[in-house]
Amino acid sequence: MGTHVIKMPDIGEGIAQVELVEWFVKIGDTITEDQVVADVMTDKATVEIPSPVSGKVLALGGEPGEVMAVGSELIRIEVEGSGNHVDTPQAKLVEPAGAVEAASAVQLPAASAAVGAVQPQGASAMADAVQSEGAPAAVGAGGRYTGCAASVAHRQADEKPLASPAVRKRALDAGIELRYVQGSGPAGRILHEDLDSFMSRPNTRVGQAPGGYDRRTDSEQIPVIGLRRKIAQRMQDAKRRVAHFSYVEEIDVTALEALRLHLNKQWSESRGKLTLLPLLVRAMVVALRDFPQINATYDDEAQVITRHGAVHVGIATQGDNGLMVPVLRHAEAGSLWDNASEITRLAHAARNNKATREEMSGSTITLTSLGALGGIASTPVVNTPEVAIVGVNRMVDRPVVIDGQIVVRKMMNLSSSFDHRVVDGMDAALFIQAVRGLLEQPACLFVE
Amino acid sequence: MQQTLDTTLLVIGGGPGGYVAAIRAGQLGIPTVLVEGQALGGTCLNIGCIPSKALIHVAEQFHQACSHQDGSALGIHVSAPRLDIGRSVAWKDGIVDRLTTGVAALLKKHGVKVIQGWATIVDGKNVEVDGQRIHCEHLLLATGSSSVELPMLPLGGPIISSTEALAPETLPKHLVVVGGGYIGLELGIAYRKLGARVSVVEARERILPTYDSELTQPVAESIGKLGIQLYLGHSVEGYDPASQCLTARDGQGQTLTLEADRVLVAVGRRPRTQGLECLDLKMNGPAIDVDARCQTSMRNVWAIGDLTGEPMLAHRAMAQGEMVAELIAGKSRRFEPAAIAAVCFTDPELVVVGTTPEQAGQQGLDCIVAQFPFAANGRAMTLESRSGFVRVVARRDNHLVMGWQAVGVGVSELSSAFAQSLEMGARLEDIAGTIHAHPTLGEAVQEAALRALGHALHL
Repeated sequence: MGTHVIKMPDIGEGIAQVELVEWFVKIGDTITEDQVVADVMTDKATVEIPSPVSGKVLALGGEPGEVMAVGSELIRIEVEGSGNHVDTPQAKLVEPAGAVEAASAVQLPAASAAVGAVQPQGASAMADAVQSEGAPAAVGAGGRYTGCAASVAHRQADEKPLASPAVRKRALDAGIELRYVQGSGPAGRILHEDLDSFMSRPNTRVGQAPGGYDRRTDSEQIPVIGLRRKIAQRMQDAKRRVAHFSYVEEIDVTALEALRLHLNKQWSESRGKLTLLPLLVRAMVVALRDFPQINATYDDEAQVITRHGAVHVGIATQGDNGLMVPVLRHAEAGSLWDNASEITRLAHAARNNKATREEMSGSTITLTSLGALGGIASTPVVNTPEVAIVGVNRMVDRPVVIDGQIVVRKMMNLSSSFDHRVVDGMDAALFIQAVRGLLEQPACLFVE
Repeated sequence: MQQTLDTTLLVIGGGPGGYVAAIRAGQLGIPTVLVEGQALGGTCLNIGCIPSKALIHVAEQFHQACSHQDGSALGIHVSAPRLDIGRSVAWKDGIVDRLTTGVAALLKKHGVKVIQGWATIVDGKNVEVDGQRIHCEHLLLATGSSSVELPMLPLGGPIISSTEALAPETLPKHLVVVGGGYIGLELGIAYRKLGARVSVVEARERILPTYDSELTQPVAESIGKLGIQLYLGHSVEGYDPASQCLTARDGQGQTLTLEADRVLVAVGRRPRTQGLECLDLKMNGPAIDVDARCQTSMRNVWAIGDLTGEPMLAHRAMAQGEMVAELIAGKSRRFEPAAIAAVCFTDPELVVVGTTPEQAGQQGLDCIVAQFPFAANGRAMTLESRSGFVRVVARRDNHLVMGWQAVGVGVSELSSAFAQSLEMGARLEDIAGTIHAHPTLGEAVQEAALRALGHALHL
């Protein structure tokens, strides 16, 4: 038997720290080669870490949310053969109770006994094992519920829960259905203690009293880790550093919509369906030729603005865990349909956490659209170090006066924000007006 | 036209259900109006539970006195005891007065406005009492029940209901009780002890037909010893006032003729729904249908007590009334008692709480049934009581107590212990392990549990 240690890999150029997002294994699990053991995250890319070996998990090197140095020990696996690791004391690594007993002879007998007492719970979460060393009593209390549950006779489906009137009333007051509560008392009687355990569990739903509404006193704490922490940091950073300037303009997209529908009728089977996004991208690409100061990034520490020839458009995308911005690279070179299919592919990849780090970085300007949820106007946050973000609002039929006549037109607002430190209001307005001109006369998108 | 009176809760009926609901609502700060057409306290305080127990007590005392007439085993000699039924009734009325006055004081103390009069329901939110319009957010129906009448025995003259039987001006020579349920037997036994000749005519084949025969056997024996004639399996045909004869017929068509100067009709009670028809509430047979929160099919119209059907018991109505008041105050409540005790104040008394052996069998529960006779209980002997027993029904797998039944002198007071053990989810070991005071009837409770566990001490 030997030990194989996986170290935190270097998953991005020049990045020294990686955040551990989630474990898929726990101590004592048997894993096979290529099985994914953890998710780690850098910048905005999440990477799965597979195991190169088969074996049994001996120890985990950190907790979800922890930022770990590249090269630090991630997981220790017991393998057939010699493994890749010679055992040396590791301060960081938390080992399960048994391993601690075996490895360190300096442990006090009392502590060993306390640790031993935790063993019947099996491979409990690492947090429990950590607690057990410092405070065995706490684990005793925490473990009690599981211990009781094992001895509880389960009620039949139609059997009335057994509880004293005081317990029943307390449950009613708390909006708890006793048939969901396990009883640890004699004959499965539900005791006050059982209610305590039930109520201290997370996600205990508190119901509503008939004829009135219960006051709610519950709250839930969600650690800001992983992608959420990244988003929070980036948003805070952008709001602190960038002098935001927002500009909203109304655009008549009647002709653009007609064109889009026509193109889809003509080509959707062979070339795929077009949404508004590739048309907007096209308008931005064309307009940006005359506004190089807007397709730029601003390094405010070095005091340098970089104007980019390439138009790499960040496409703001909502994933399950939060906002992500995959990047449509070289939008200036792609055809309408090239860009359309690339946007679809990127959004899909980002939502499934399959986007590579490459695909998640390097944008020069960002486009954000909530589609039907776009509202009338919004104030997008500039995706630093870029200097502009274009927001798309909802398209609606509105009465518009044209030549003294009220006519119904498809109208849509663009709400855009700029970094006013380096983009003047006049330039921003002219850029949006250029985009508007292109969108309202869509032939100009293609006529050079 | 008077101004409309606005209130949050309007209670129709001042019986045990209605007045308890109103008191609790008052405690919770809910503006409450209670409408009562007769006397506060309803059937229970005025013409039911309380006056009948008073009359039963008078009868028992007189009966005891008479038993010592020519000297008794107890060494007591009494010469020719006499009964002044007028004073007896006056004493009973005194108790009723004290209690109903007490209810009125409690209602006042808790800020409940009591309106005397008959309510006319306009709709689910409006009621009129003598031209006074009352508008409420919540309407609580607690109109109770009334005696069932028999078409061939219309009340009047010698034909009386329990109401008249509880306020006799004179004693009848021969009282025929129609109905062998608990009301008929309680009153029949009392009248017999007061000195009247008593016969009981019951359509079914045994007395107290809702209880099992093992349980009713001591009552049947006692009735025989008291000299009450039982005519089981007889259906009443009618009463001829001229000849003062009641006729009945048995299953074989044989006619029975009983000379009777008074006939008490006690064939059950029926929910009092008259006047509520306009609400068009969902019914459950003759009763108003309610859910576990006593909500009727109409929002914010509630119904409690006898109006909602069996079991028609004052303590059930009180518990429901308290619950509805708390529900209206926004609390989360549900009427889900483990058991409601039923007591017959016959001689001997009879108590049933929770599951009977028969019900356990029907539910397919594997149960232990054990009983302990009062013949082996010291306290019972000192009360001159040798009949009766305590019986326990418990699950065989975990010894959870499912029900209690008892018959014997004074067992009504055991009902609290029975109900409490069921509500607390006691097991046989809990009862057996509780020290019961000696010498009390309660020892039989502990011994019944011990016997179920296979080791009764005094048997």
